[in-house]
Amino acid sequence: MRKPKKLLNDPNNVRQEVMQGLVCAYNGKLTAIPDYCAVYGNHISNEQVVVISGGGSGHEPTFAGFIGEGGIDGCALGEVFTSPSPDQIIELTKATENGNGVLFLYGNYSGDGMNFDISAEILAEENIVTKTIRATDDIASAPLSKLSDRRGVAGIMFLYKIAGAASQFEKYNLENLYQVVAKANANVRTIGVALDGCALPQSNNFNFELDENEIEIGIGIHGEAGLRRQAMTSSDEVVKEMIDRLCDDLPFQTDDRVCVLINNLGALSNTELLVITRKVGIELNNRGIIIHDIAVGHFCTSLEMSGFSITLMKLDDELQHLYDLPCQTLGWRK
Amino acid sequence: MNLLQVRKMMLFTAQRMVESEPELTALDQIVGDGDHGIGMKRGFASIIELLQDEKFQPTDIGDFFIKIGTKLMTSMGGASGAIFGTLFRTGGKSIVGTMELNSEVFAKFLNDGWQGVYQRGNAEPGDKTMVDALSAASKSANELTHLTLNEALPIIAKSAMEGAEKTKQMIAVFGRAKNLGDRTIGHMDPGAVSMAFILKYMNDYIHMQ
Repeated sequence: MRKPKKLLNDPNNVRQEVMQGLVCAYNGKLTAIPDYCAVYGNHISNEQVVVISGGGSGHEPTFAGFIGEGGIDGCALGEVFTSPSPDQIIELTKATENGNGVLFLYGNYSGDGMNFDISAEILAEENIVTKTIRATDDIASAPLSKLSDRRGVAGIMFLYKIAGAASQFEKYNLENLYQVVAKANANVRTIGVALDGCALPQSNNFNFELDENEIEIGIGIHGEAGLRRQAMTSSDEVVKEMIDRLCDDLPFQTDDRVCVLINNLGALSNTELLVITRKVGIELNNRGIIIHDIAVGHFCTSLEMSGFSITLMKLDDELQHLYDLPCQTLGWRK
Repeated sequence: MNLLQVRKMMLFTAQRMVESEPELTALDQIVGDGDHGIGMKRGFASIIELLQDEKFQPTDIGDFFIKIGTKLMTSMGGASGAIFGTLFRTGGKSIVGTMELNSEVFAKFLNDGWQGVYQRGNAEPGDKTMVDALSAASKSANELTHLTLNEALPIIAKSAMEGAEKTKQMIAVFGRAKNLGDRTIGHMDPGAVSMAFILKYMNDYIHMQ
């Protein structure tokens, strides 16, 4: 059986070294709280609501790589695929909050939910006000009737964009910020496909394996099982099904304006990613859906998993205005 | 058992939990995302460190379990850190001031701990989680308060393991396993196995003495 191959130092020290890597990559724009494996941007002003995220490592540049001007403000780094613990979230919140309240914005997973909720309860005892949005963009993870059960995946990048612009540039208060990010969350849909699995740093095995001629439609970003496994087919056919499913779900219709994210889950070639992008453009044009903007690259990865995801966010005037404001982060500049 | 004996029992339990990592990881690779065993190992390795530190001097058995819970919560992260941390913290709070662990105190620890876990995660018996082992252990402990802890613990630990075994027939509704639906049938929930292991190792320690 094929074994995972990784260029690491100590597999048990990955998140600390990722944190140090982030500090280096941000080159003076990021502060670390090393004892709590948390980071925050040096851009935070006293006039804004602070936006804090967190989640398991292994998805870089998600989540901490979207800290910056026009992005989020702070992030607690969990172990690989494991949510951060309350003490990390609490220390980070105390280090960054400025009396205007804090928005917790993270993916909808049970571990993240429990640890952020414990933190919010403890912070409330100290009169620090928080509100919470959990990204639920993965359409393959639960039916539309159970929207609140859906996982958060690559689409969280668009939520970060909206939240960062609204809090930092437009100075939304906590309630208005919560409302606009909730609206964006309701307008975002993602679906992923995997060609091959990934392995945790401490593990000698892949978390799942697909046969040579097999792909999985609807995969999650931790290798959670998707909608089905099927025989390998053409890129165009896979993309068409994904766009069909995305458009049916929201729905996205003729004359809708959308932002598009074509995300590499890790090990797919960027050559394939552009072949995929080509077909996404064709399919959306065929439906009369207007592409306002499109981002292609590695945004929300799943270690070395081979695969990709497609995200669409439907815009209205408020979301388009916020989306068009600049952002300067490690993972995305615009 | 006095506080020192409880401390030794937890040290033994933590060491066995660390050794159980490969077994728990293998289970979680089937029904989860493969991080459960590594998380438990990380949590109980920090418990070993805590218990070997002479500066760690809890005031009573309740305080001892609260601090074990806090350490699990902060060192593990993840759903497991929140859940197992909550079990020890809530269970510990319910027996604060206690200097002697007997079957009655242990039943209170398990029952109040179970309540805390329910309030945190909303999992009920039958949902294929650690609650299936914990609830079985709690119910069993309630019926055995007339026995000594030495007599009761083997039965409590056995009930927890049976509770874990029963998760094989259940469909997961929480966590990442829920997306597998029917595919989880036939496999035990790793969290339930961890819960059963903790009680099994506590019992193993008592009966080695």
